[in-house]
Amino acid sequence: MNALRRNVLKGAAGASTVAIAVAAGLLKPTQAMAAWNAPAFDAKNVGAAMKGLDVSSPADSKDIVIKAPDIAENGAVVPVEVTSKIAGTTSIAILAEKNGTPLVGNFTLSGGAQGFISTRIKMGQTSLVRAVVKAGGKSYTAAKEVKVTIGGCGG
Amino acid sequence: MKKQIIGKLLMGMAGLGMALGAISVHASPEGDRQELAKYYTSKYPNIKMEDYVYGALAFDADSKSQYDAIMEFPPFESEVEKGRKMWDTPFKNGKTYSSCLPNGGNQIAGNYPMFDEAKGKVVTLQDAINDCRTANGEAAYKLNDMKTMGVLTSYMRTLSNGMIMNIKAETPKAVAAYEDGKKTFYGRKGQLNFACASCHVQNAGNRLRSELISPAIGHAVHWPVFRGGDNLVTLQQRYDGCFKQVRAVPPPQGGTTMNNLEYFHSSLSNGLPMKASVFRK
Amino acid sequence: MAEPMRIRATMTGDVADVKVLMNHPMETGQRKDAKTGQLVPAHFIQEVTATVGGATVLSANLGSGVSKNPYLGFKVKGAKAGDKVVVNWSDNKGDKNTAETTIA
Ligand code: HEC
Repeated sequence: MNALRRNVLKGAAGASTVAIAVAAGLLKPTQAMAAWNAPAFDAKNVGAAMKGLDVSSPADSKDIVIKAPDIAENGAVVPVEVTSKIAGTTSIAILAEKNGTPLVGNFTLSGGAQGFISTRIKMGQTSLVRAVVKAGGKSYTAAKEVKVTIGGCGG
Repeated sequence: MKKQIIGKLLMGMAGLGMALGAISVHASPEGDRQELAKYYTSKYPNIKMEDYVYGALAFDADSKSQYDAIMEFPPFESEVEKGRKMWDTPFKNGKTYSSCLPNGGNQIAGNYPMFDEAKGKVVTLQDAINDCRTANGEAAYKLNDMKTMGVLTSYMRTLSNGMIMNIKAETPKAVAAYEDGKKTFYGRKGQLNFACASCHVQNAGNRLRSELISPAIGHAVHWPVFRGGDNLVTLQQRYDGCFKQVRAVPPPQGGTTMNNLEYFHSSLSNGLPMKASVFRK
Repeated sequence: MAEPMRIRATMTGDVADVKVLMNHPMETGQRKDAKTGQLVPAHFIQEVTATVGGATVLSANLGSGVSKNPYLGFKVKGAKAGDKVVVNWSDNKGDKNTAETTIA
C-alpha cells in the first residue's frame, strides 16, 4: 500500500496521475460521476426527454431487443431488459412513455460493457416502454407495449 | 371499482350452482389431497405438480418470467437479512431461537401447523416461535406485526427451504381440527356467499379480470410473500384478505378457526417443497 | 444511514455478469403518505457508476421511475475472475453509498 502510494506520488507530475490514482483506488470514482441530466429527467413527455438526451428522430432498429412483460404483474416492479446488438453501443436510455416523467434511466457504457442493461421500473399505466440507443454518433430506438393493471405510481 | 370486479365475478360464477367439494366428509387427509390433485391434474394435464408451488404463476409464462427476473435478486433481500439478525440475536437470558426450537429451527416449517395433543389444539410455526420467546422470558410477538413476526419468519422459514411439506392429522382430535379447517375452506361465507373453494378449486386457472386464480395445492409452501416486492404478507394475513374479498368478517388471526384452516389448507400442499420468501404481485 | 448495497459478479465465458441491488426508497415526490396525507418528498438515486478492474464500465443517471430498491444488471467483456467491481451511487439529497466485490 505504501509502496503503491509512493509510486502514485512519484507520477504526480504526469498527465495520467488521475487515471493512476483511480486505478489504484485512491480516488473514489464518485468524483467521476456523470452529472445528473435534470432537463431530460424532468421532461413531461417523450419528445422533451429525447431532446434532453440530445436525441432527435432516432432510427427504428430491430437490433434492439426489449425483454419486458406483456402484462405487468405489478406496475411497481416491471422487469425490463434491453439488449443492443448495434456495434459500438455507448448508451441505452429507457423510457416509460406514459409515466409523468417518461425517462427512467440513461446508462452510459464503456470499458468493455456490452450493449445490455437489466433493471426494474415503475409504470403508472399501460404504455410503450422505449429504449433509445446511441452508437457511433447516431441514435436508434425500439419499443414494446407493457399492459399495466396495478399502478406502480402513487399507490 | 372493487364493486365492479366483484359484480363481474358473481356473474361469471352464477349458475355454477357448484357442488363445492367433490371431497367426502370422512375421507382421510391424504385421500382428500389426492382427490383434489386428481381434480386439478385432469383439468390441467399440462401443469406439472411440482409447479403448483408457483401458484397462479404456473398458469402463465409471462407472469412466471417476471417472478423469475425478480427472484434473481429479490428487492426484499435486506428485509430477510434483518430477519436473520433477529433470529441470531440471543434473548436476554443468552438463549436463542435455535436452542429452543426442534432441530435448531432447521427444516421444520413443513411440519407446521401441527396438532399439539397436550394443548389439544393446532400450533402454527408462529405459535412455536412465540412459545420459544415466552419460555425464555420475552414477550410474545403480535402475529400480525410484520415488523417483528413477519420479518423474523421471512428469514426463519428460509431455513426450511427444500423441506417437503408434511402435515399430519392422525389422532381423532387432530382429525377433528382438520375437518373444522376443511369446513371453513369449503363453507360458503360473506355477503357474496363464496367459499375458498369457489375460487381456488372450481375457478383455479381462470381469470377474474386481471387476476389469475391459483389452485389450493401449493398455496402453503412459500410464506411470507412480498407483494409488489415490498409489502410483507403472511399466510393468515392473506386469508384475511380473501375473507374480506367476499365481504365476510375474517376470524382473528391466530385464533382456532384460522389455525384450523391453515392446518387443513397446508396439508393440501403435502409432498411439495418449501421455499421462502417469495415475490407475489 | 443508507443500507448496504449488494453486488454479485460471475464470469460466463469471457463476459462478467454483474448484478447490483441497491437499497433505496426511490420516492417519486408524487406519493402521499397513507397516514398523514402529505406528499412524501422526492428521494431517489440519481447517479450510479461502476468500475471493473479500475476502469469505468457504467455511468448511469436514474430517475424516480426506477423501482424501489433498484436493481441493475450489466455485462462486461474482457473482465476476469478476481477483478474488483466497485459500485457507487448518490441520490438527490446528497447521500452516497459504495460497495465492492470481486468477480467469482
Ligand atoms: C372471490 C374469489 C376468492 C375467494 C372466495 C378466495 N380467494 Fe384466495 N385469492 C383470490 C385471488 C384472486 C388471489 C390472488 C391470485 C392468486 O394467487 O390466486 C388469491 C390469493 C390467495 C392466496 C395466495 C396465493 C399465493 O400463492 O400467493 C391464498 C393462500 C388464498 N388466496 C387463500 C384463500 C382462502 C383460504 C380463502 C377462503 C377463506 C380464499 N382464498 C378465498 C381469490 C379468492
